[in-house]
Amino acid sequence: MSDQSSATRSIGTYTVNRGLAEMLKGGVIMDVVTPEQAKIAEDAGACAVMALERVPADIRRDGGVSRMSDPIMIEGIQAAVKIPVMAKARIGHFVEAQILQALGVDYIDESEVLTPADEAHHIDKFKFTVPFVCGATNLGEALRRISEGACMIRSKGEAGTGNIVEAVRHLRNILGDIRKLTQADSAELFQWAKVLQAPLPLVQEIAETGKLPVPLFCAGGIATPADAALAMQLGAEAVFVGSGIFKSDDPAPRAKAIVEATTHFEDAHILAKVSRGLGAPMTGIGMDEINQRYAERGW
Amino acid sequence: MRPLIGVLALQGAFAAHEAALAEVGAQTRQVRTPADLSGVQAMVLPGGESSVMSKLLESSGLFGEIQSRLSDGMPAFGTCAGMILLASEVLDGRADQRSFGAIDISVRRNGYGRQIDSFEADLAVEGESSPFHGVFIRAPKVESVGHSVHVLATHDGVPVLARQGNVMVASFHPELTGDARLHRLFLQQHDFQHEG
Repeated sequence: MSDQSSATRSIGTYTVNRGLAEMLKGGVIMDVVTPEQAKIAEDAGACAVMALERVPADIRRDGGVSRMSDPIMIEGIQAAVKIPVMAKARIGHFVEAQILQALGVDYIDESEVLTPADEAHHIDKFKFTVPFVCGATNLGEALRRISEGACMIRSKGEAGTGNIVEAVRHLRNILGDIRKLTQADSAELFQWAKVLQAPLPLVQEIAETGKLPVPLFCAGGIATPADAALAMQLGAEAVFVGSGIFKSDDPAPRAKAIVEATTHFEDAHILAKVSRGLGAPMTGIGMDEINQRYAERGW
Repeated sequence: MRPLIGVLALQGAFAAHEAALAEVGAQTRQVRTPADLSGVQAMVLPGGESSVMSKLLESSGLFGEIQSRLSDGMPAFGTCAGMILLASEVLDGRADQRSFGAIDISVRRNGYGRQIDSFEADLAVEGESSPFHGVFIRAPKVESVGHSVHVLATHDGVPVLARQGNVMVASFHPELTGDARLHRLFLQQHDFQHEG
């Protein structure tokens, strides 16, 4: 047939950017620091990779200021894989975000794992065509990030610990408050907006729909297939795995098992099968052993 | 009885397809293992990452099961990555990426570019009086179609919606626009609405 459609295209829209998050659902996004790791992640079935300079466990160990990665490393990873490539910018560092957009990354993570560049303001994400994901520990924080233009929210957890406890806490905070909102009457929603420090229209929308207006993924502390399935059963729609893969004894089979567990998260027989013989997971650390909580960064 | 449509739920936008199918009166079932295929009359293959789905199709044992149902004429609708999975030829895919070869088209993975090139555009769809809003996300680009493939819509002269026999494919995402006309068209082609 003839091409009746005008060839007019709109790019960088909320629909295409939220839409990419929709496409990542049910998948595993893996932190990688080299093109070789990116290949291992893609081979294992990662639906996207997160390019960063050091995995959170190393950032935690080494200390210092943690920043956006070298563009050469990001370009190397883009050349190595076909799946989407995400990269991290510091909270509030809109110039790092401008650079990442110029590099053509598919998603920017405005991440508390890097050292914040601004202690009051997050990036105005509406100024970009590239989509953003932001972390949140509770519903109010999630809604503030959405009101700034985030197209995906991930529960923060506590990155680099290999400990799922904080991710569980944050998912329960977010999803528990959503469940309460759906029970609130219209007058109570004004109070909820105050308590959550979140825009009233978003609060009213959630009371109506019972879900965030953007996908909710889980990050921070996933180290085993069971951890991934736990996050999914609690209500996450996909998972980010940072240090959990490349800080384990044998990354490739563990990565593949976490992919299988995320897809088959409700099938305990498959979970039992894929959890076998993966070698040692990352050692991990307890919350009382750490002196810097990354989840407290962001406002 | 309402038709039972299986939605491949290994990874990707399966939930959005279920919502669109429910709107046009179909029952849906998420398909992750061969047992989930029991009683399924047609399938939707959603967007997501085609190479991820290809791997999970293999490890779950679904690949062969779906392949044989497609050969037996099971209707299927594939969008974006789902179109890649149904295509006879995939360009720029991973070397180990498999597809069902259920429609005679050659598609290039991410043929429209990265996310910063993802776009929306109105499409004229054959038989529809008003335009259909197409959402293209890191979309595959159709490079060529066989003579028995019927093109239903194009953008910039490139096919974006096509059908061959029982198989329909779109390089865009009708499940993301709240417009269920293409889902209805898919069900109507197979006369499901008259069953029972």
